[in-house]
Amino acid sequence: MDLALTGDQLALRESVAGLFAEQATPERVRAAEARGHDAALWRVLVQSGVPTMGVPEELGGGGATVSDLVVVAIEAGRRVAPVDLPGAWAAAHLLAGSPAGHGLVGAVGAGEVLPALALRPLRNGSAGPVAGAAAADVVVALDGDELVALSRPEGTVAEPLPDLAAAALAEVSTAVWSQRRVLATGAAAVRAHADAGSLWRVLTAAALEGLRQEALRLGVAYVLDRHAFGVPIAWFQTVQHRLADVATAGDGAELLVHEAAWARDTGDPRAAALARMAFLFAARTAQETAAASLHFHGGYGYTLEYDVQLYYRRARGWPLALGAPRHELRALATDLFAGAA
Amino acid sequence: MDFVESDSLAQFRTAAREWADEHVDPGWVELEHATGTHHNPDLHALLGRQGLLGAGWPAAYGGTDVDPGLALAVFQEIGARGLRMDGWVTTEMVARTILAVATEEARQAIVPAALRGEVVIVLGYTEPGSGSDVAAARMRAVRDGDEWVVNGSKMFTSTAHVATHVFLLARTNTEVAKHRGLTLFLARLDAPGVEVQPVHTLGGQRTNATFYSDVRVPDAMRIGDVDGGWGVMRVALVHERGTAPAPGGPTLVQRVAAWARHAPGDDGGVLFDDPAVQEELARLAVDDEVSRLLALKVRWVASTGGMPGIEGSMAKLWSSEAEQRRGAVLTDLLGEQALLRVEHGTGRGSGGAPLDGAVEWAYRKAPVSTIYGGTSEVQREIVAERRLGLPRSRPAG
Ligand SMILES: Cc1cc2nc3c(=O)[nH]c(=O)nc-3n(C[C@H](O)[C@H](O)[C@H](O)COP(=O)(O)OP(=O)(O)OC[C@H]3O[C@@H](n4cnc5c(N)ncnc54)[C@H](O)[C@@H]3O)c2cc1C
Repeated sequence: MDLALTGDQLALRESVAGLFAEQATPERVRAAEARGHDAALWRVLVQSGVPTMGVPEELGGGGATVSDLVVVAIEAGRRVAPVDLPGAWAAAHLLAGSPAGHGLVGAVGAGEVLPALALRPLRNGSAGPVAGAAAADVVVALDGDELVALSRPEGTVAEPLPDLAAAALAEVSTAVWSQRRVLATGAAAVRAHADAGSLWRVLTAAALEGLRQEALRLGVAYVLDRHAFGVPIAWFQTVQHRLADVATAGDGAELLVHEAAWARDTGDPRAAALARMAFLFAARTAQETAAASLHFHGGYGYTLEYDVQLYYRRARGWPLALGAPRHELRALATDLFAGAA
Repeated sequence: MDFVESDSLAQFRTAAREWADEHVDPGWVELEHATGTHHNPDLHALLGRQGLLGAGWPAAYGGTDVDPGLALAVFQEIGARGLRMDGWVTTEMVARTILAVATEEARQAIVPAALRGEVVIVLGYTEPGSGSDVAAARMRAVRDGDEWVVNGSKMFTSTAHVATHVFLLARTNTEVAKHRGLTLFLARLDAPGVEVQPVHTLGGQRTNATFYSDVRVPDAMRIGDVDGGWGVMRVALVHERGTAPAPGGPTLVQRVAAWARHAPGDDGGVLFDDPAVQEELARLAVDDEVSRLLALKVRWVASTGGMPGIEGSMAKLWSSEAEQRRGAVLTDLLGEQALLRVEHGTGRGSGGAPLDGAVEWAYRKAPVSTIYGGTSEVQREIVAERRLGLPRSRPAG
């Protein structure tokens, strides 16, 4: 047992934390809200090899483990960076898994192509609103029993749908995304798509964990600063206790995210279930933390001027890209208990 | 990171199972439920005679050459069979405190006998008027030559009815701030003036109210300095139990899930077919995993030489609150089936209570988890002050 990051991971964390602090300032985050994507930030990430860092080295990627990606995702989440790294990473993972996708992997690494993942299978040619798609050149999707990389003919655009989390949401339908490249077929396609979804859950959980940490920090800093009735509001026990509760759940969320990544990296049989658990719990904890933090800002928390609202919206918006959590809970119950009879 | 916890006791597990097969009377569990006494005198005496209690202690104070790993594995195996050893838990804590702070005379008088299983010590901190604010204790101890005369009462003196000694927190100085006037004593429970009255609790545990009138305690049984009791309390709190994880059976949530896959549901199928049931069970499983991880972190911090104070508070806070949610959710899931109760020791019980009434009992005993061992509010204060750096909210004093 070792619950510490490795030396390499600590160094990685420091460097990406610096990058996001500089490139995903609250001003930049606000400026990117309309499109849900900061192209300049993405270019910097491409220069650092971040979009393909999880791709095997022989395909030109960084060969990073999921545990390494989690370190980066936490830092991105901490700054609510306006780039969809979990979606791009999961899509790159699928492109790298098929010889037909290798050319696109190279283009992702070169910054020519931005990939996104349609989490839900296409139905009647539509995947519904897909996070990241408004900024993406390629959407990897499951169409029946075909795993496909969809793209748009030159000149067409994917209109961003205004959304809660400024997540570059766009409707993905084969009418617009009319060009397709088949990556896999049959059971292998279905399996690969499910596996990428599981990876996406872990990475999104990590982004939510970073979001959660910063939302808590914002709340704690505010209650120490703001005075009421002659004392800092941090002095009031009801304030302290709610923050202590979310901080406690937060330690649990952080552990669960790292455990899910570790399980995936080591091929643990519980990996899929742990990915769902980490996703569900990180989402719930991020939301509760951001809500508490906003609440303790009083009226100011409700204004657009304060940053906490950026966190409050994304805490709910990022996980909902997968759909209603009831489906996730049922799938988890099946993973955990259906073999037990 | 690496989430695999190697079992430091693996080499002792088989021997521990064999020990328990040979010595643990299966009737003892029923006895424990029937009496509510979380201590079995026969078992305790046997552990003492066999040198298991003294494993790892210094030979000069009665330590034995039994491997401490074997002893811990045996204790865990006993726990896994549904028996609690509260008498040893408190005795061990106090004996360690005595070794750390008491006079040589007190050490020799108490520790070897405790390790032989002849002395059983319980905790007398809480009073009718003070619990969380333990330093507000009003029990008085007044010096009289070589002795102290103790007057007052203690509440929730668990296991006192089967113990030999009680570790009393008493006020020896009323002229100073409340933390500065406390002293600890080890009093005999068979001394004249001691009275033990049973207190019965919701989850079945029997605890006690204990009363002390002009009870004489020799100065040799004063543990630590006069008026230095608050420091002694801190020593006592540090001496926690072994940190190896016990071998776990299926959790209550897993047992209910397995049961729900056969129990009839509302519309023909089995209960588990109901999506709402699946969602609730999944939520509880996530809660359980978080509890497990927070406890794992406590052991990890300890294993790296750290003091897992904040982590311990977080683990306790989360898992006790989760236990209460679980009790509420599982009783709802079972509906009227959750009402069925097994009454131990009376021969009465509702035939067919699902899982032998485990859910009904879980609901009944859940409230105590957020009360003893430091209430949830006390844990939140620790997290708020020491993790989040928020100011102390309690009045000073
Ligand atoms: C089954 C059982 C066994 C026990 N065994 C022992 C034993 O062997 N020896 C022993 O000494 N004690 C024992 N205890 C006592 C236990 O430690 C106390 O019950 C506990 O410390 C709480 O004290 P209290 O009951 O006086 O509650 P109080 O301290 O009166 O608390 C009542 C409520 O007020 C809240 N509260 C108190 N202070 C604050 C604060 N600062 N901020 C916010 N809220 C606050 C509490 O959280 C709680 O909800 C046992 C208790 C039980 C139930």
